[in-house]
Amino acid sequence: MKTDSILEKILAAGHLAVTSECGPPRGALPDKVKQKAELLRGCVDAVNVTDNQTAMVRMSSLAACIFLRQMGLNPILQMVTRDRNRLSMQSDILGAYSHEIDNMLCLSGDHPRFGDHPMAANVHDIDSVQFIDMVRVMRDEGKFQGGEAIDGPPKMFIGAAANPFADPFELRVARLAKKVKAGVDFIQTQCIYNVDKFAKWMEGVRDRGLHEQVYILAGITPMKSAGMARYMKNKVPGMDVPDELVKRIAGVPKEKQADEGIKICIETIERCKEIEGVNGFHIMAIEWEQKVPEIVEQAGLLPRPSVN
Amino acid sequence: MQNFEPVIVAFCCHYCAYTAADMAGSKRLSYPPNVKIIRVPCSGKVDAIHLMKALQKGADGVYVAGCLDGDCHFKTGNIRAARHVDSVKKLLDEIGIEKERVEMFSMSAGMGEKFAEVASEFTEKIRKLGPNPVNRTAFAEARQAVG
Amino acid sequence: MITAERKPMEELTEYVRPFGRILLVGCNECVTVCAAGGRKEVGLLSSALQMHFMKEGKPFEVNELTLERQCDPEYVEELVPHINQVDAVLSMACGCGVQEIARRYKEKPVFPAVNTKFMGASESQGIWAERCQGCGDCVLGITGGVCPIARCSKQLLNGPCGGSTKGKCEIDPGVDCAWQLIWDRLKALGKSDLYENNIPAKDWRSGRGGGPRKIIREDLAS
Repeated sequence: MKTDSILEKILAAGHLAVTSECGPPRGALPDKVKQKAELLRGCVDAVNVTDNQTAMVRMSSLAACIFLRQMGLNPILQMVTRDRNRLSMQSDILGAYSHEIDNMLCLSGDHPRFGDHPMAANVHDIDSVQFIDMVRVMRDEGKFQGGEAIDGPPKMFIGAAANPFADPFELRVARLAKKVKAGVDFIQTQCIYNVDKFAKWMEGVRDRGLHEQVYILAGITPMKSAGMARYMKNKVPGMDVPDELVKRIAGVPKEKQADEGIKICIETIERCKEIEGVNGFHIMAIEWEQKVPEIVEQAGLLPRPSVN
Repeated sequence: MQNFEPVIVAFCCHYCAYTAADMAGSKRLSYPPNVKIIRVPCSGKVDAIHLMKALQKGADGVYVAGCLDGDCHFKTGNIRAARHVDSVKKLLDEIGIEKERVEMFSMSAGMGEKFAEVASEFTEKIRKLGPNPVNRTAFAEARQAVG
Repeated sequence: MITAERKPMEELTEYVRPFGRILLVGCNECVTVCAAGGRKEVGLLSSALQMHFMKEGKPFEVNELTLERQCDPEYVEELVPHINQVDAVLSMACGCGVQEIARRYKEKPVFPAVNTKFMGASESQGIWAERCQGCGDCVLGITGGVCPIARCSKQLLNGPCGGSTKGKCEIDPGVDCAWQLIWDRLKALGKSDLYENNIPAKDWRSGRGGGPRKIIREDLAS
C-alpha cells in the first residue's frame, strides 16, 4: 500500500471501485457544493472534484474538496497544469494533504479557447506525465520537484486520465505506458460509448502488462437525450459515440429518452465488467448527479464495501 | 455637381485591353475623354502602389483592364492584377475612401464594344460618387455647388 | 523569420496625427519576406497615410526610407541625416527594430507600424506558421524535428493530450496536432521507441522564465 487512501484500500482488496464527480459552483456559495456532494453519499467510494472544468472559472477544487472532507466524503482533488506552475501545484498538494485529502488526479486541462477566459495566459509549466512523476517523488522520496526535502510529505494516491478514443489510436496504449512509467496508481478513462473500441484498447493494455501496474476505472456517462448524444458525437473532441447509439436513443419518444440513456449506461457497465483489467467505474453524470445512486444500484454495485 | 468631370486612369494590358481600345477607336465607338489610358505589357505589372499613387495624385477613379480568365499572355498576370485591386480596396476601406474607386475588368482584344462600355459605365459611376475626397479643394467646391 | 502584420490604419493614424512630418522606416529582412514592412509596404502605407490626412485637410508629409535591418546599431545610425527633418518615426520593423531606433534617437517619438507575431516559416506562398518560441533549450533532436513547445497548444513534452482529433488540435481544425506530427516523423525515422521515454520537466530558465536574455560572445565583443 502506498497511501492510506480508502480508494486504494478498496482497489487493493479486489473490489470494483466506484467513483463519481462533483463540479464546484461558479461562485463562492458553499451550499451549492454540499448539496451536490450529498447526492453521492453512500453510493461511491470517492468523488472527483473538478478544476476549472472546460476552462471556466469555478470555486477551487481544493476548497470544494475540503467541504467534502468535512462532510465525511472522500474527495479526489483534480488539478490541471493549464492554470498553475509547479510552485503553486506543490503548494496546493501540501495544502490538500494537510486537510486529509489523499487522492488526486493529474491532468493537462481543456484549452482556455473553450472557456470563459480565452484571453488568459496558459501556464503549462509541466505536463500531466511530468506532474505524475512530481507527485510520486513528493510522496515516495519526500522531495520537492526542485530537489529539497519536504517537511511532512503528502501521501497521495495518484490518478490520471486516459482516452482510448482520441487520435491517434495506435498511441493511446503507449501514452498510458508513459503515465505508468511516471508512477500513476489509477486512471479514469474518458466516458465509454464504443465498448468495442474500449475493449480493443484494453487488449493493448493487457498485452503490455499495464493492467497489472495500474488500476483502471472505466468512464461512464449516461445520455440524457438524443440531443445530448448528437452533441457529444459531433462537438466534443476525443469522444466516440457510435451511430447505433444515437439512433437507439433517438428512436425512443422524448419523454422516454432519459430512461433509455440510463439503460444504455447500465448495459455498458455490465459489458465492461466482463473486460479483464477493469477495476471499477468512474460515473460522470454532469448536472444529473441525482441519477448516480440509481445507476450504481442497478449495476449491482451496492452496497459499497467498507474498509479501514 | 454639374461641374465635376471625373479624372479616370485606366491601366490597360497591351495584348487585350489596349488592343480593344484601339478597336473601339477604329470602329468609331465613343467613350468618355475622362479616361486616360496607360498601356502596360501585362495587367499583372500593375502593383498596388500604382493604384494608390494614382488616387493619391488626384485621380477620381482607377481601373485595371486585363485579359479574360485563362487568356493572359503571361499566364496568370490578370489574376495577380485582380488580387492587387482587392488589396487596394481593403486599404481604401480602412482609410475611409470608397473602395468602388478602384476596379478590375476583363476583356479580349476584339471586344471594342466592351472597352467603350466599361469606360463609360465606370466614368458615370465615379461621377455619381463625386470627387476623390483627397482632392479637398475640388470636394469642397463641389459640396458648395450642390448647396 | 520573425513574422508581423501591419496594425490597423485606425491605430496608426491616431499615433501620427499630432505630427506634421514623419519618417516611415522599413526593414529589408524578415518583414520584407512576410510582406509586412519592406520597401513596398512602406510605399503603400505612406500613400495611405497621406491620403487619409489629405481627406481631412490636414497637412501631413511622409519621408520614406528602408534600412537593411533595424536590429543592428550600424544600420540605425544611417537615420542620422534624416532624423531632424521629422517630428516622429513610424517603424515597420519588428519590435526589435522599433526599440533600437527608440534607443538611439531618445528625443524622437517612435511608433510601431506592425504587430510582431511569431518566429515561423513559410508553409507555402503567403502562408506563415509558428515554428519556434525560443525556449533556449532545443529538443528538436528527440522529437523528429517538430517542436512540441511552439506547435502544441498545451506545450506538452509527453503528448498528445486526449483532444487530438484526426491529426488536428482540439482548439481548431486548422491547427495540426504537434504530437501527431512528431509521432509520424519518429515512425518514418524508425525511431518510434523514442516515444516511450518520458521527457522530464523543462527548466524554463533557458527561456523567458529566467528574465530577459542576453548572449555575450567574448570572442566577438569589443
